[in-house]
Amino acid sequence: MDQELDRNEIERLYNLKAKERMQIERQPMPEQEPDVRRANFSEVPFGYFPMAAIVEANRCIQCKKPTCVIGCPVGVNIPGFVRRIAEGDFEGAIHVIKETNMLPAICGRVCPQEQQCEEACVLAKKGQAVAIGRLERFAADWEREHGLADVPPIGADTGKSVGVVGSGPAGLTVAIDLRRAGHAVTIYEALHLPGGVLMYGIPEFRLPKAIVNAEVDVVQQMGVDIEYNTIIGQIETVDELLDRHDAVFLGTGAGLPWFMDLPGENLCGVYSANEYLTRCNLMRAYDFPNYDTPIAASERIAVVGGGNVAMDVARTAVRLGAEEVYLIYRRSEAEMPARLEEIHHAKQEGVILKLLHNPVRYIGDEQGRVCQVECVRMELGEPDASGRRRPVVVEGSEHTIDVDTVVVAIGNGPNPLVPRTTDNLEVDPKRGTVVTNLNTMRTSKRGVFAGGDIAVGAATVILAMGHGRQAARSINHFLATGVWDIDELPEAFRENGAG
Amino acid sequence: MNEILENVVLADSVNRYLVAAPKIAARRKAGQFVIVRIDEFGERIPLTIADADPEQGTITLVVQAVGKSTAQMATLKPGDRLLDVVGPLGAPTHIERVGTVAVVAGGIGIAPAHPVAQAFKQAGNTVIAILGARSKNLLIMEDEMRRAADEVIVCTDDGSYGCPGLVTHVLNDLIDTRGKPDQVFAVGPVPMMKYVSLLTREYGIPTMVSLNPIMMDGTGMCGGCRVTIGGHTKFACVEGPDFDGHLVDFDELMQRQAFYKEQERVAYERYVQRCRSQEHIAQANQSL
Repeated sequence: MDQELDRNEIERLYNLKAKERMQIERQPMPEQEPDVRRANFSEVPFGYFPMAAIVEANRCIQCKKPTCVIGCPVGVNIPGFVRRIAEGDFEGAIHVIKETNMLPAICGRVCPQEQQCEEACVLAKKGQAVAIGRLERFAADWEREHGLADVPPIGADTGKSVGVVGSGPAGLTVAIDLRRAGHAVTIYEALHLPGGVLMYGIPEFRLPKAIVNAEVDVVQQMGVDIEYNTIIGQIETVDELLDRHDAVFLGTGAGLPWFMDLPGENLCGVYSANEYLTRCNLMRAYDFPNYDTPIAASERIAVVGGGNVAMDVARTAVRLGAEEVYLIYRRSEAEMPARLEEIHHAKQEGVILKLLHNPVRYIGDEQGRVCQVECVRMELGEPDASGRRRPVVVEGSEHTIDVDTVVVAIGNGPNPLVPRTTDNLEVDPKRGTVVTNLNTMRTSKRGVFAGGDIAVGAATVILAMGHGRQAARSINHFLATGVWDIDELPEAFRENGAG
Repeated sequence: MNEILENVVLADSVNRYLVAAPKIAARRKAGQFVIVRIDEFGERIPLTIADADPEQGTITLVVQAVGKSTAQMATLKPGDRLLDVVGPLGAPTHIERVGTVAVVAGGIGIAPAHPVAQAFKQAGNTVIAILGARSKNLLIMEDEMRRAADEVIVCTDDGSYGCPGLVTHVLNDLIDTRGKPDQVFAVGPVPMMKYVSLLTREYGIPTMVSLNPIMMDGTGMCGGCRVTIGGHTKFACVEGPDFDGHLVDFDELMQRQAFYKEQERVAYERYVQRCRSQEHIAQANQSL
């Protein structure tokens, strides 16, 4: 146990009454100052110090029917781990988390807690929710920094083998749970590094790559084999994988960037968010020419979109040295799908929000390089299918903004390589997703399961992990019984993925 | 895996590499490519597969040193390994029996043209290969093409070998004197593919070109390889690299290829500088 812990204070907090607990202020998490972090790629928050974590954990009133757990896509025992942090038992806390979530250092950083567990927290209705995400992150970091992360126990060898396509959050989760159940697992990864979007998409300042690597190390220590540079659909088909595996899980993600089909969209200097972020994160273009991959040296850059990816791009552009970073979004700030924390951080770092703006075309110079974006202003009309007010063009509001780079961050569709090359795999003709029963994570093709963005379109890391977990249960059922045609998992297979 | 078994200089700054890549060798089809990363600092370089031997488990890559990465690759020796080789990427060239196919290749483009000529021949076509180079000493793979095609016509810009002039002149002569081929496949520098396509459009000859835009992942994930085909955006890495030459916006492709010219120059000069200082140190050490 850490020596710096104030035992008297822990005891005092422990004996507080519920009413008194609710008086405690939500503990802020220390972070780099905006002016400092604008010039580096290091992680923005430093994380809680132990006593701050203990104080924060004591805000939890340990509800009898914890609604936070229902808000968690993987059902982490939140009151259980928070209570252990409150007691100063950090090792106990991480063990509770890991009963259900093997990747807490990642989830603690990138989950949209304010829309999940923290939104459901009883305290949220009366003020500020318990900072569940920060506490999860604290417990995971504490374990890693103390070198205590052990490899979960592996079940007895079942003689079965599963091929997992993609090493992103869905693929890693399913691999862990299947190894725990004693199956052999091989992950096929298209890129030269593991992690999928965790590695190529989410920037270092939000999710340090050392953390992704540490989590992947554990997966490999469990005996999961990862084959890099292996693009299923090109080097092998899913049917060939089924020849040597008893089941296949598709976790190929949303690797198909959308564009808006605007005039000038193929000018030089117009990027997809995927390309911009991959150059910077995966290929380390921020350290060019020490690394060989270049990226535009932008002075004035426009990022189109209002989601987390758009924020990641805008904040990356700030760090790459752009003088003016515009974020062009067609609705108002209230409708932005990005996490509040990300919008807040972006604004702090000097990103200029061009709200109720929409690009209509890009204008290039004689070398075919983008030099202006033409925008229209928008106003909000009646609510649309998403429940958000529909943006309507303001007539005659065309105007241009001078830029040298544009990044289109309006979302991604499912990567079509596997669907296109797999026989008898039903694909949603409109969305391009692999049709998947979300109770069983089964596709139309016997032995083939799917989860994450390839099954539902672009969503969140934690949802992909939830799918991975559910898919593992379903694969356990399939491998044990050989029964394929079910709409729901039998009771015995519904609980934890350890099987 | 990924071991370099041979590195042979074919012409001035053009090398041929034999690389151990058994799975890719077994799988690849004409027109497909790989992406190579030399070391952990390396960029991902798309390179067309010039040949493959499934029994030996090898692929052949022909690479012109035009920048830092390709110059660095030229220094690799047999026994060295490429850190990453991923493929086969892209859709295979559409091969069918049409009659006579003119395979028009310029410069380094002769390497990717080679498996395509082989495949058209194997499908029962008469293959006429038109090979162009700036000068005789830059002409590569003539013997291999002679084995693959029914007929080979060579031309050089400076007239130092074969017919003097450009591949478009040769193709035009061929059409005038012997009639239209049933199909043209062109691969090489973008201006060459552009003018071949303009010529064949006049004659209404179906023409396929193999495009080489800037790429990164090669899986359709980044869209850096966007090309405009008949007014529509296509991702060359998964929907190509072959497209109907009569529909390609070649001017846009040329501009997009040149986007990182400045950074490429910086990287290359820095690399040359470092090589020089390393040589200098080596020499100094020797003289000690």
